[in-house]
Amino acid sequence: DGSDVDNEEGSAAENEENVKGTGKGTKRATPRTRRGHARGRDRHGDEEDEDDEDGTRRAGHRRHRSRRRGRGAGKEASDSDMEPSKSRKNQANQKSKEDDEEEEDEKGGKNGKGKNEKKADKKPDKKGKKEKANKKKKDKKKSGSGSDSDSEEEPITEEELAKLKEEVEEKKKLIATLRNKPWKMKKKLSVLKEAQLFVDKFEGALGKGKGKKFYAYKVMMMKKWMKFQRDFENFKTACIPWEMKIKEIESHFGSSVASYFIFLRWMYGINMILFGLTFGLVMVPEALMGKPYGSLPRKTVPRAEEATAMNFATLWDFSGFAQYSVLFYGYYNNQRTIGWLKFRMPLSYFLVGVGTIGYSFMIVIRTMAKNANDDGGGDDTSFNFSWKMFTSWDYLIGNPETADNKFASITTSFKEAIVEEQESRKEENIHLTRFLRVLANFLALCTLAGSGYLIFFVVRRSQKFALEGLENYGWWERNEVNMVMSLLGMFCPTLFDVISSLENYHPRIALRWQLGRIFALFLGNLYTFIIALMDEINLKARYLFPFTMFDIYLGNLEEEKIVKYNMTIWEASLYNGTIPENSTAPPIQVDPADVPRGPCWETMVGQEFVRLTVSDTMTTYITILIGDFLRAVFVRFFNYCWCWDLEYGFPSYSEFDISGNVLGLIFNQGMIWMGSFYAPCLPAINVFRLHTSMYLQCWAVMCCNVPQERVFKASRSNNFYMAMLLFILFLSTLPAVYTIVSIPPSFDCGPFSGKTRMFEVISETLEHDFPSWFGKVFGYASNPGLILPFILLMVLSIYYLNATSKSYKEANLELKKKLQSVRTEN
Amino acid sequence: RAPGSGAMGGSASLIPRETLGEYQELTFLSKQEILLAYKRFSELLPKEERENACSARVPKSHILTLPELRANPFQHRICRVFSTSETGDDSMSFEDFLDMLSVFSDSATFDIKSHYAFRIFDFDEDGILDRKDLEQLVNCLTGQGEESWLSSAEMEQLIENILEESDIDKDGTINLSEFQHVVSRSPDFARCSGLQG
Repeated sequence: DGSDVDNEEGSAAENEENVKGTGKGTKRATPRTRRGHARGRDRHGDEEDEDDEDGTRRAGHRRHRSRRRGRGAGKEASDSDMEPSKSRKNQANQKSKEDDEEEEDEKGGKNGKGKNEKKADKKPDKKGKKEKANKKKKDKKKSGSGSDSDSEEEPITEEELAKLKEEVEEKKKLIATLRNKPWKMKKKLSVLKEAQLFVDKFEGALGKGKGKKFYAYKVMMMKKWMKFQRDFENFKTACIPWEMKIKEIESHFGSSVASYFIFLRWMYGINMILFGLTFGLVMVPEALMGKPYGSLPRKTVPRAEEATAMNFATLWDFSGFAQYSVLFYGYYNNQRTIGWLKFRMPLSYFLVGVGTIGYSFMIVIRTMAKNANDDGGGDDTSFNFSWKMFTSWDYLIGNPETADNKFASITTSFKEAIVEEQESRKEENIHLTRFLRVLANFLALCTLAGSGYLIFFVVRRSQKFALEGLENYGWWERNEVNMVMSLLGMFCPTLFDVISSLENYHPRIALRWQLGRIFALFLGNLYTFIIALMDEINLKARYLFPFTMFDIYLGNLEEEKIVKYNMTIWEASLYNGTIPENSTAPPIQVDPADVPRGPCWETMVGQEFVRLTVSDTMTTYITILIGDFLRAVFVRFFNYCWCWDLEYGFPSYSEFDISGNVLGLIFNQGMIWMGSFYAPCLPAINVFRLHTSMYLQCWAVMCCNVPQERVFKASRSNNFYMAMLLFILFLSTLPAVYTIVSIPPSFDCGPFSGKTRMFEVISETLEHDFPSWFGKVFGYASNPGLILPFILLMVLSIYYLNATSKSYKEANLELKKKLQSVRTEN
Repeated sequence: RAPGSGAMGGSASLIPRETLGEYQELTFLSKQEILLAYKRFSELLPKEERENACSARVPKSHILTLPELRANPFQHRICRVFSTSETGDDSMSFEDFLDMLSVFSDSATFDIKSHYAFRIFDFDEDGILDRKDLEQLVNCLTGQGEESWLSSAEMEQLIENILEESDIDKDGTINLSEFQHVVSRSPDFARCSGLQG
């Protein structure tokens, strides 16, 4: 008997696969067949645990079985099992077997591999065949166990179900994190295929019994959802505009120049949203549902201007038909609801105005917070040398010329850093550097003071000219103020550049000083201008926006009184001297173009902003074409017939002026924010402007500019730009907020005409459109007694969060010290 | 440079859809990027082998003509680290190429980037960055010519400073976790360790 069993061992392995499916069930069914297939049974002797019914007859077999089991650490033992109750044991066997294999295979490389990974980590090129056999057997075992459970009517126990589910989840997690493992593709592929097979098989098996269909459906929906997510990610990546262009610029010029274009693209995104808001919620409803052109006096070109209303010159100046259209504030009617939708136009106008400001604040602060996170916080300065070493290479550089520049700059920066480290231990040179820097700042202050005085002087002079009558003077005297301010704006930054060479800062820091000084220059000029004009109000300064607004407004106040008086007289004249006592008298039909108009300061302000934006755009484009393109053409073609080498000496090709362009972008956006309440068309114009700017500047950079000599990283500058943007945003929204809260709107134009203050539209809406209790709640909530404690609470929470972050930093330092001391102890 | 998706129509049929899905699963690249990579890879092969690009190997000299690697001081190390060539000639198959692009792409995580950066910087492949590795690293960064290299005194000083900053357990070498700690604090790492297209 024993020998029989032993002999059968050899054939058992081969026959197993044939016999597996046909089931022990049949063998178990009748005692006769059991006895009859004693040999057959012995082949599967390992599997039969439930042989208690056989009693002692099988005692002998059991002995042999155990012998076989002992020997069966090899292939047959675990693979021959078919019973579900054995599946766990088999998997344990399988695991231990594979662990053994893995220990042989390990070449001692990677750390941190969990048990699962070990189990799954097979090298197909080494053990291909064996794995295939194993896999096949595992599959058959599973299917065998499945069919077994069906035929046997033995349910999978709850524990096993839970364990299987757990394993399936683990496999799924493995699949999701596979791309993050630093393995070769071959290995990842094999692991992926194996894990996917496992998941597929068992997900099918787990669905057996109760709720199988639902489970399978759920699994299918999950797969579809994952596929959809992946496709959506692909689509989103393909949608990012200008990515290729920017990458190309980055490879030639490094990331500092590219950061300007990324900033430009981000601005474009913001302006698109602002455009969507103003276009969709203000301009389109009025155009579709409001009263058409010509039905109201405010919507019609006055008779006097009709002749020139369609001229190109008038339209370019945004007068004529452009002025009396949805593009400007004055066109909108103050009806509470318009159209069949009962669209509340004044409310919408107000909310869009406030919403654009709120959205801009939110997005700028959010981007700043994100950048601050990326910065990593913590001890910023302590890794200078390591960072220079490990992270200074810009992998986006693909151009050898830029690479050479980068090499040179890295070498220089290493040497500088070494020298500075040594210098910091010496004392003398610090004083010289400090002295030079103080001198440089002094010179910069002198320049600022000088430009302020010059503006003051020029403005006083032009007032004198105005008093004497402008016709007596030539072009220069008439435009003196404009010209002087433009010239100052052009030459002072260059002067600052020269001054900064005294200071000898790292280029990133020098850039910041430069930006700060130019900013101070513009602000200083503005204030000097306002102060100089305090006495006189009549000057039209084209590009000093906030003052222009006040000027126009104050002028209009006077005008309004006069016009109102005139209008009553005119109405009286219509009725031939009799002023109707009651309003039931039929109104006389008058063409709207003939009605005398009240002044509309909001529209005028809007027009000023639009003209400003357009002229700013033109100036920028012309500067690029002349300053960069013509210069490059000149240097390239005249080099052959010139005495000195134009390309290396003066003037050579221009470098891309990052600071100038960034400032231009920021100031431009400030103008948009200030003006979009009065001219809803401004965001649209800006979107168009940014779009063309991107293409023009990308072309100009690639065609006419050369990479800078000192190529530096721009990442930390991003928050600096954001901080400036935030400051400008704050400054720009002040005038709009002030007008909404304190100044009465024009009586004859715009959606708020007839109200004493613009924000009254809110209280009006609360009265009419909301239930009465809502108004009460709102009244309570806007009580200062509630708002002040709320503000106090916010200030306290800021303080608390600040304190927490400080304590985290300190804890970090403590841990680091501990690490060091632990090591030195060892 | 390779043009956009218009030219990719043909190559889409050369990678079977299932394999494409698997590559998407296993790398940080999107479908368009994988197809573009396939196109560029097959352009590096001689005409006869282009049909079979998935299983061909491109010799190192051809890989180094790619614009991303041409100006890169670590070009040889990159080829060595990503190549699965058994003969040690640093030739790359398409899957190695995908691996490389995946690690350098914008969406790769910090973990995998820093892991591979460490391996690239480890010139002698002993699993740690010791003095010799750091010296070679500095020499790579300062340009190809000998005249631009730092003097030995400067080199000494520089390496001293670096070890002082980064070597937390003071054993004279930088291991993977110390490297990751230092680099995770740098705002430039994620930005600069990406390749185009």
